[in-house]
Amino acid sequence: MTRALLTGNAAAAWGARLAGVDYVPAFPITPQTEIIETLGSWIAGGELAARMVTLESEHSMLTAAGAAAATGVRVFTATSSQGLLHAMEMLYTVAGWRAPFVLVNVSRGIAAPITLGSDHSDVLAARDTGFLQLHAASCQEVLDFVLLGYRLAEHAHVRLPAIVNLDGFVLSFTREPVAIPGPEEAARFVGPFDPGSVRFRASRPISQAVAVLGAVPYSYFRYEVHRAAEAAAAAWDEVAADFAQRFGRRYDAVEAYRADDAEVVLFLIGSAATQARDAVDQLRAAGRRVGLVRPRLLRPFPVGALRTALAGKRAVAVLDQDLSMGMGGVLHAELAGALYAAPDGPAVLASFIGGLGGRDVGTAELAAMLDAAARAADEGRTPPPRLLYTEAELREVRKLQAVALAERHAVASGEDA
Amino acid sequence: MSETAYRRMQDLPSTHLLGAGTSLCAGCGGLHAFRELYEVLGEKSVIVNAAGCMSLLSVYPFTPFRGSWLYTSMASAPAGAQGVRDALDLLIEKGRMPAEEDLRVVTLTGDGAAYGMGLAATSAAIDRGLDFLYLCYDNEGYGNTGQQTSAATPHAARTATDAGPRGVPGFKKDLFAIWAANRPTYVATLIAAEPLDLARKVEKAARLRGPRLLLALAPCPPGWGFDPQDAVEIGRLAVRTGVWPLKEWEDGRVVHTKTPRPRLPVEEYLRRQRRFAHLFEPARDEATLREIQRRVDAYWEGAT
Repeated sequence: MTRALLTGNAAAAWGARLAGVDYVPAFPITPQTEIIETLGSWIAGGELAARMVTLESEHSMLTAAGAAAATGVRVFTATSSQGLLHAMEMLYTVAGWRAPFVLVNVSRGIAAPITLGSDHSDVLAARDTGFLQLHAASCQEVLDFVLLGYRLAEHAHVRLPAIVNLDGFVLSFTREPVAIPGPEEAARFVGPFDPGSVRFRASRPISQAVAVLGAVPYSYFRYEVHRAAEAAAAAWDEVAADFAQRFGRRYDAVEAYRADDAEVVLFLIGSAATQARDAVDQLRAAGRRVGLVRPRLLRPFPVGALRTALAGKRAVAVLDQDLSMGMGGVLHAELAGALYAAPDGPAVLASFIGGLGGRDVGTAELAAMLDAAARAADEGRTPPPRLLYTEAELREVRKLQAVALAERHAVASGEDA
Repeated sequence: MSETAYRRMQDLPSTHLLGAGTSLCAGCGGLHAFRELYEVLGEKSVIVNAAGCMSLLSVYPFTPFRGSWLYTSMASAPAGAQGVRDALDLLIEKGRMPAEEDLRVVTLTGDGAAYGMGLAATSAAIDRGLDFLYLCYDNEGYGNTGQQTSAATPHAARTATDAGPRGVPGFKKDLFAIWAANRPTYVATLIAAEPLDLARKVEKAARLRGPRLLLALAPCPPGWGFDPQDAVEIGRLAVRTGVWPLKEWEDGRVVHTKTPRPRLPVEEYLRRQRRFAHLFEPARDEATLREIQRRVDAYWEGAT
């Protein structure tokens, strides 16, 4: 084991390297590109015995990834945002092939308008594809989740591809101290790739991904994917326990931070957890009984662990760094579904939309969310979803609009811009 | 075309490698061409398929293939071929699979994928020098969905989406030239109705490495409007009228493998198909017929 300062992107590349990946179909996109560049340099330098191929699109990249995994090699790939959406058809398709591999998504906002900042709308759009989803909150988790992702995806009861998500910029380009497992101990943990019955060999002809006629076989195979994703919950507990034993880092499906005796808790995914823990600590110091509950696993959704973690809470403030137009926060709806009719479940789930396109959600805002949730519990009513935006932010946009208008008038009146 | 095992019709294999009883239409020119290709190519192959008529060959739990099959999507079959080829190479390189377990990777798509949605993926596979064979069965329209206009539909043909009195206003895309401009290893046109020519080209393509592209005109009884029993005759007429030139491209040079002499008037081909019936009934559309003939003549005047 060594320690190094790594960006989230470098940590993802280290995870792939230590998993001994054979094949890396790639396509560049900000903020992911550093991952494939890092792997490319290791392959060129002989440090990683893998083949990297740059495809002409993410749709093709995911096709090649699934096809190679279905032929019998260990595959790693990575993308972001528009790339994940461009590949969307193939996400569903290769999950249906039951081809296990790891896809790192560096989450970023979706057009329009086109932007680069972090946002979960990309990865949550892949919620129903059949890919498992692990959401990292630190660069250490990024590396560890890639290793865990292979164990989970390739688990005999699962056999599904997995997304490891890290937040663009906040994690992708931020250096944190990361413990890098030794290559031998990592190899022992991940093990050799076992293609199972899914592979192409001349002596063993097989038709994969064939059509079905009618709803009866179709439903059967779709249910099978769902059951495999559900089985990944127990498989996670198993591989996470093995990981903890070998490396000393324990990753429960749900992180509960100072939540045991908390009355009001924050609920969110990804790197915002760092600031959320800070906000909780500050409020605790002021005598408030608050905590943080964060699922590391989004698919399968750890319903049982969430019900346990949130039992007896007065209120939950849910932060969504995504937006389902006409409905609100995706996480909020997911959590409400998980807690529906739960005995002793929280009375109030207050929904907050924030962090779109990398918008900073600071400690003060997190504290205000906890306050609002507590007030709602006092009043006994759930508030409508709130779109976080400050007066200063609105003034900033008004300024931009004024400039745009002035420029338009200048052009219309024939003045030089 | 030297060193061929296929000098006469009797030399053609008749192993019936592809199972019968598939759900494809009677008289399918695409299936006919594929059947002939499969006999020459053999079962040590994995067919990587894009959405189209042929996707209905393997329907759970049946398959007509003695070899392997992978259905991908409409746009990305060449990328699927890339993943399979790379994985097989890696398994052999790393000693995890004996070389005799290797498979030939064959992409199989219709014109909808080959001329349109999958063209970027095809072009990129050629850029990368992917070692694969691509068979396009070109039935000149989105056949599986009822013959809507594709980029391969010829001028004036009536389709489900160009059902008006003039048919398709545009002209068939020259996919052969696009492929050749990418400088792959080999490009050839084929037709099932000329099995000897087809077998020799497949035989040649099978010996080469790199991107090899085979474009088969696929007379389509329901889509073009003719009796299934006339499929071979329609195919022959496509060649003898010069509408479908049989040729190959290699090392920057185009060679015609069959030059129709004398060339029959295009009418002989067109009038046998319902999609062109409006050119003859209720009145002859002389201008359009002349235009189609002029273009075919101009092609052959420039042909080597």
